[in-house]
Amino acid sequence: MAIPLSYNVRNLRLRKSLTIMTALGIALTVATAVFIMALLAGLNRAFGSTGDPLNVLMLRKGSDSELAAGGVSRDAMQVLKDLPGIAKNSKGEPLVSGEDILVVVLPRKGGTGETNVTTRFMTPIGIEMRPSIHIVQGRWFTPGQREVVVSSSINKRFEHANLGDTVHIGKGEWPIVGIFDGSGTAHDSEIWGDINQLVTDFERTVYSSVLVRATDPIAAQALKNRANDDQRLELNGLLEPDYYASQTKSGAPIRIVGWIVAFIMAVGSCFAAANTMYAAVAYRGREIATLRVIGFSRPSILTSFMLESLLLSLLGATLGIILMLPFNGMTTGTQNQVTFSEVVFSLQMTPAVVMSAVIFALIMGVVGGFAPAWHASRRDILSALRD
Amino acid sequence: MTLTRFVTKNAFRNKRRSILTVLSIGGSLLLLTFLITIWRSFYDSKPTEQSAQRLIVRHKVSLVFNLPSYYRQKIQAIPGVKEVVNQQWFGGQYMDDKPEHYFAQFGTDPQEIFKVYPEFKIPADQLEAWQHDRAGAVVDVGLAKKFGWKIGDRLNITGKIFPVNLELTIRGVFTPPDPTQSIYFNKDYIDEGFPKLKGSEGFFAVLADSPQDVPKVAEAIDDQFRNADRPTKTESEHAFQLGFIGMLGNIKAFIMSICLAVVFTILLVSANTMAMSIRERTREVAVLKTLGFTRNTILGLFVGEAVSLALVGGLIGSLLCYFIVTGMAAQGGYFTGMKVTPLTIAAALFIAGVVGFASSFIPSYHAAKVNIVDGLRHIG
Repeated sequence: MAIPLSYNVRNLRLRKSLTIMTALGIALTVATAVFIMALLAGLNRAFGSTGDPLNVLMLRKGSDSELAAGGVSRDAMQVLKDLPGIAKNSKGEPLVSGEDILVVVLPRKGGTGETNVTTRFMTPIGIEMRPSIHIVQGRWFTPGQREVVVSSSINKRFEHANLGDTVHIGKGEWPIVGIFDGSGTAHDSEIWGDINQLVTDFERTVYSSVLVRATDPIAAQALKNRANDDQRLELNGLLEPDYYASQTKSGAPIRIVGWIVAFIMAVGSCFAAANTMYAAVAYRGREIATLRVIGFSRPSILTSFMLESLLLSLLGATLGIILMLPFNGMTTGTQNQVTFSEVVFSLQMTPAVVMSAVIFALIMGVVGGFAPAWHASRRDILSALRD
Repeated sequence: MTLTRFVTKNAFRNKRRSILTVLSIGGSLLLLTFLITIWRSFYDSKPTEQSAQRLIVRHKVSLVFNLPSYYRQKIQAIPGVKEVVNQQWFGGQYMDDKPEHYFAQFGTDPQEIFKVYPEFKIPADQLEAWQHDRAGAVVDVGLAKKFGWKIGDRLNITGKIFPVNLELTIRGVFTPPDPTQSIYFNKDYIDEGFPKLKGSEGFFAVLADSPQDVPKVAEAIDDQFRNADRPTKTESEHAFQLGFIGMLGNIKAFIMSICLAVVFTILLVSANTMAMSIRERTREVAVLKTLGFTRNTILGLFVGEAVSLALVGGLIGSLLCYFIVTGMAAQGGYFTGMKVTPLTIAAALFIAGVVGFASSFIPSYHAAKVNIVDGLRHIG
């Protein structure tokens, strides 16, 4: 026969301050774990949601970053335009976008230093090939003009990145004429501008990358293989989503430090939970003995105290998650380890993150609660009654 | 029985509770020491004597743009400049892309590099051998030990930024004061495989005549190229390194917020334990009072108990952290060169002490204030 759960709830309520303090300790640990998991989830979302499976990104052979030296030659670009399986827009132009990537240094808001920002130069075809991205303020840059548009994250996080400000790139000032919404993709960390002006300014003879759109997934795969196999082109073709997914390794420092932190905090919290549960058991020596006398078995006492510990940790988990809720969606940035420039992402408390946090807390409850619960179920009835 | 002994006896009268508390505080303090260590290795590292004398000149817009090679002669002519050397980040891959196989590779001028970095020690014959081999390399002694490299070994580096694969021969091993995780090779090697790079350099390292000259020299260099096609940004080597950490994101806020969470957790744990053990001893306090102990002595007894528990936990935690960090630093990778200094341990212990004090003061104060008759009547 099981001891009713209300017994445990009432006991937790009886020692209010003890319960709250222990739960708060667990809550802080859970909050830290949620924080780290949400950061990683945000980073994964930024990279994981970027790229269309129909798009194939062409890089120079041997390179796996758009920012590497050398690039795709103009000749290769012409060849690509005529390959079979390339989609065309309504005007009948092939959806092939030669793009140039530069990095500019911009000061962060709030005086936390300056950092590299990826700047992508292209023609309107490039915009057309990324339909999920749209202008929220102002307008797109005009081809042939020295104009740029910035993402809303860049606009929010950097000084002088408002409509009407100018960015110094190469030989001149480029006015910001629009702000676009990158809808949580990696493009949310970018500035976009017109490629023709850039080519004259920097005397660039090659493209950093060429993005091509295939008519269907099979054609995309074929285009990728074709580019890789053709010795003449000297290209490294990648499906666009794969390219961005490989950049999630930028989260490695956060992941490593984060898990060390969360693990050590969890160990500390386990000890604290054990302490509280031992106190709970010690206070109730006679009560437990009485329960035994009236017929509750050892396993049911073990279960009851385990449940109490789990309740305590669940309370902690709830508090911790509530504590972190205000930070959900907060944007931050780190260095992209592939392009060495800033990648902006937001804290994402996804259902998976919340679930993992709860499980994390329950594990703490089990580890911290088992020894005291075992101790409670093994106590000698007679000596406990005499206490 | 002295008062100190009374405190220690009391601290361990409920052994299990005390041990759990000490371990819990120890775990938190381990973490705190770890975070302080990261913080200090990022922001608190003092430039060495030579580093304080060095500057880095890079393209004003970004490190990814190169500077013309002829800037080197122009910089050399600026008063206050002792030595200049060009360097090019190669960013290649050794073996595979695992972080433990990662190290920095710089293309440079073998004739000059060790003049700009005089604190890097290399035997004269090895330096000469390197200067005579265009495909030669010199490696950090720490890397050589980690990978088991010997002079004469071949080193294949795959180019990721440049379409060039290096096949280097190790000609020398240099010993820097702090681990650099770097190898140096002749920059001409990249130029041969990627002629477009000829005539341009990633950045210049400059050794000034004295540390006092550094700001003046930085200004003079930037003035020299202000209106040039490729303007420069010159900063001290230390500031340059800090700039890289800044790019990782708002690390300061990240570490600070976790530190706060940790400290607050210790506060809770310690306060919890003290509240439990003080409540149990209400009658004892009353007895102590009847024996003539003053309120302040009793307060001191309890606070002393909490502080000593916290300090023991702190000592265990920070020493454990010392061993863990030393072990990880030896492994290489992200933690290279990190160490837990006595100052860090002292800081962690200080925080532990303060937290122990803060957590016990209120319950102790209430206990010390208790009315003797009420106390004696109290049932635990």
